[in-house]
Amino acid sequence: MKQLVRLFLAIVIVSALLLWGISSLNASQGYSGDNTLTVYNWGDYIDPELISQFEEETGISVIYETFDSNEAMMTKIQQGGTSYDVAVPSEYTIDKMREEGLLIPLDHNQIPNLKNIDSRFMDLPFDPGNQYSVPYFWGTVGIVYNPSMIDNRKLTSWNDLWNPAFENEILLIDGAREVMGMGLNSLGYSLNDTNVDHLRAAKEKLDELTPNVKAIVGDEIKMLMANEEAAIGLVWSGDASDIMYENENLDYVVPSEGSNLWFDSMVIPKTAKNVEGAHKFINFMLDPEVSAQNTEWVSYSTPNKAALPLMPEDMTSDERFYPSEELTKKLEVYENLGQSNLAFYNELFLEFKMHRK
Amino acid sequence: MDQKLSPVSKFFLIVIFVILYAPIFFLVFYSFNSGGTMYDFEGFTLEWYQELFSDTRLLIIVLNTLVVALLSALIATIIGVIGAIGIHSVKKRSRKNAILSLNNVLIVSPDVIMGASFLILFTIAGYQLGFYSVLLSHIAFSVPIVVLMVLPKLYEMSPTLVDAAKDLGANSWEVVTKVILPFISPGIMAGFFMALTYSLDDFAVTFFVTGNGFSTLSVEIYSLARRGVSLNINALSTLLFLFTIVLVVVYYFINQRLKTNGTGGRK
Amino acid sequence: MNQKVTRQLYMLPYTLWMIFFVIAPIVLVVYYSFLDINGDFSLANYEKFFTPTYLKMALSSFWYAFLITLFSLLIAYPTALLLTRTKHKQLWLLLIIVPSWINLLLKAYAFIGIFGTYGITNRFLEAIGIGTQQILFTDFSFIFVAVYIFIPFMILPIFNSLNQLNPALIDAANDLGASKWTTFRRVIFPLTMEGVKSGCQVVFIPALSLFMLTRLIAGNRVITLGTAIEQHFLVTQDWGMGSTIAVFLILIMFLFMALTGKRKRGV
Repeated sequence: MKQLVRLFLAIVIVSALLLWGISSLNASQGYSGDNTLTVYNWGDYIDPELISQFEEETGISVIYETFDSNEAMMTKIQQGGTSYDVAVPSEYTIDKMREEGLLIPLDHNQIPNLKNIDSRFMDLPFDPGNQYSVPYFWGTVGIVYNPSMIDNRKLTSWNDLWNPAFENEILLIDGAREVMGMGLNSLGYSLNDTNVDHLRAAKEKLDELTPNVKAIVGDEIKMLMANEEAAIGLVWSGDASDIMYENENLDYVVPSEGSNLWFDSMVIPKTAKNVEGAHKFINFMLDPEVSAQNTEWVSYSTPNKAALPLMPEDMTSDERFYPSEELTKKLEVYENLGQSNLAFYNELFLEFKMHRK
Repeated sequence: MDQKLSPVSKFFLIVIFVILYAPIFFLVFYSFNSGGTMYDFEGFTLEWYQELFSDTRLLIIVLNTLVVALLSALIATIIGVIGAIGIHSVKKRSRKNAILSLNNVLIVSPDVIMGASFLILFTIAGYQLGFYSVLLSHIAFSVPIVVLMVLPKLYEMSPTLVDAAKDLGANSWEVVTKVILPFISPGIMAGFFMALTYSLDDFAVTFFVTGNGFSTLSVEIYSLARRGVSLNINALSTLLFLFTIVLVVVYYFINQRLKTNGTGGRK
Repeated sequence: MNQKVTRQLYMLPYTLWMIFFVIAPIVLVVYYSFLDINGDFSLANYEKFFTPTYLKMALSSFWYAFLITLFSLLIAYPTALLLTRTKHKQLWLLLIIVPSWINLLLKAYAFIGIFGTYGITNRFLEAIGIGTQQILFTDFSFIFVAVYIFIPFMILPIFNSLNQLNPALIDAANDLGASKWTTFRRVIFPLTMEGVKSGCQVVFIPALSLFMLTRLIAGNRVITLGTAIEQHFLVTQDWGMGSTIAVFLILIMFLFMALTGKRKRGV
């Protein structure tokens, strides 16, 4: 009994000390002050130096929170109880959030740096006129592969993957739209197809791929591909550039049948408290030098035209990550297909996952 | 009961411990990797540790995590012990089983559902998300495991103990503090440590019910997964791990010292 | 009568917890399970559950949870038994728990490194002549890592039960001529049944809804109900279907509890 009481007291004292530590640290960072900005972003998706720079230039303290999936982020904002000033969802989520009235329209007058964005990335179907969002990073979905592991073959299309020589050599990312999209594209259909027969055909084609599929994984695909656990991976371009940085044997290609063009963009959720600060932040991130520094740190592709000349040339001239306009024209942005269609995509994907058993 | 362990038994235990600690050593090993990844060891460096100390935000997150873990485990243990004693004293078997099953609902619930339903409850109640919502949620999902750890000890306790104490003139309070609690204290400790584990490891529930800049280590680590976990997390885990080991060993030997001093003999 | 009132009074914290954090979420989940994707009241979700896909998934979850519990028990019991015979048993017990406080994602990454094609296990296998094997993305590695995660939860209650066994009982059995195995089977094991049951409950029930490990270690070659729930809740935002699966998880849990609950016995 004495032991229990002792332990109880010890814990209470330690907790009190910790709480005191937390509040003094928070105060020293200005988090508990009045002039704050809460940014909700993917993990490791911004150069921390830039946050400090922003804080110095504007005197606003930035509270930084991270999320790991669009849907979870959207659920948080939808439910309320939070007050994020800036968030960075992917394009299909912005579409959904727009429709559900979760976003505040941007005042373009407060974002003069908007002119720096390449016009082919503006005014896209998921946010006409960029009323609510400003592109942050963009990329494609494609195939990253290790030629040395597949007899130095060169891959150029989705259909290449169905080659029986690639048995157990393919890793897929755990994304219903990406995988179903591969099936659809390989049959010549659009990524935004909602025709039930087309979708079923795509799923059946995917079932045929199962012997070649080693596993369906999440973000750990980067570690696995760089470690040469498999020869071929279906990945986002951002992941591909990370993987290729770690392992020089690998190459990335956007398949010829077509693929997905994705965007992560900055938005202001309707629960924002510091709307003026949010605009300042967005404008700050679009500054050419800031954007160049951020892009070099994150190493994804930037939509900021004015930043390109300020970056190393081997980065910006790499066609795999900065494809030409004629190539991007062939790529499709995910449209919001509506909940029941999405549910169908996911049912098929679930069935595909179960198929291997 | 100090039977000498046979060599086979010793070997078995050693293997168990090696396997248990293998991933930990893996993480510690790579925390010194200048290559920046958890494969391909390139060279030895302390830069990740240096990076840690300049990252105030991460430091706050670690403290947050520890406080929530300690307090939620503490309060959950208290509530859980009350619950276990209550369930134990229910006479009707069907009723007892019903309450127990309800108790276990949270253990079987996937974290996502728990997180989502707690979030809804908090928003319906108009409760601001932040430290307190996280604390309450952690207490909530830790209570069942405490109950499950304490109950077996209550069943193993012979009811004659309580009767004997009462016969000797103990009132209810004394029965609880001098008879029941000491007997079940291994269960209480087990429950407390399991609650700590649940809290430290939780991601989904915390993610859904947090806000206002309050974050825990788990949420931070899972959010980093998309871009790749940087090795300062390895460094952090190594430090936390070493700190915990030292704490555990010191706590144990202090306890031993106090025990022998008190009763004047070996346990 | 008076006793009942006092009991209800001291049970108050536990009862409150149960109402707000167990009953309320259950009500929510059941409510959502009757909503289809458009938000209308319907039984469509339940119909969908009784299709081959979901039934296969349920069976698969059940099977893997059973295997994980079985292997955890087989490894945990001897470990706990041997631990009770060591000199610093409480210390070793704490040291068994410490690895469980390191973040799960990090440990999974470590296992990916350890079981990878060029990882340490395969290098060892090469050295002793067996050659590189595909360890990741197999049933073996999945169950191995799952057991690794759950072992402390199984060891603790069993250790507690073993620890308070009266050694005189074992001596008596020996005196009466029982072999070591018979002593174990007829004396030790039955007396530690409560701890075993507790451990099984704490492992089997959460194992039904594992989904992180199914992706990280099994590469989605193993699908559990947790995978489906995660997808429905987060990706499709079909909380209805997700809740329906959750309802079935809860029902399976109730069944399991009824099967392993307190039977009508003497003490």
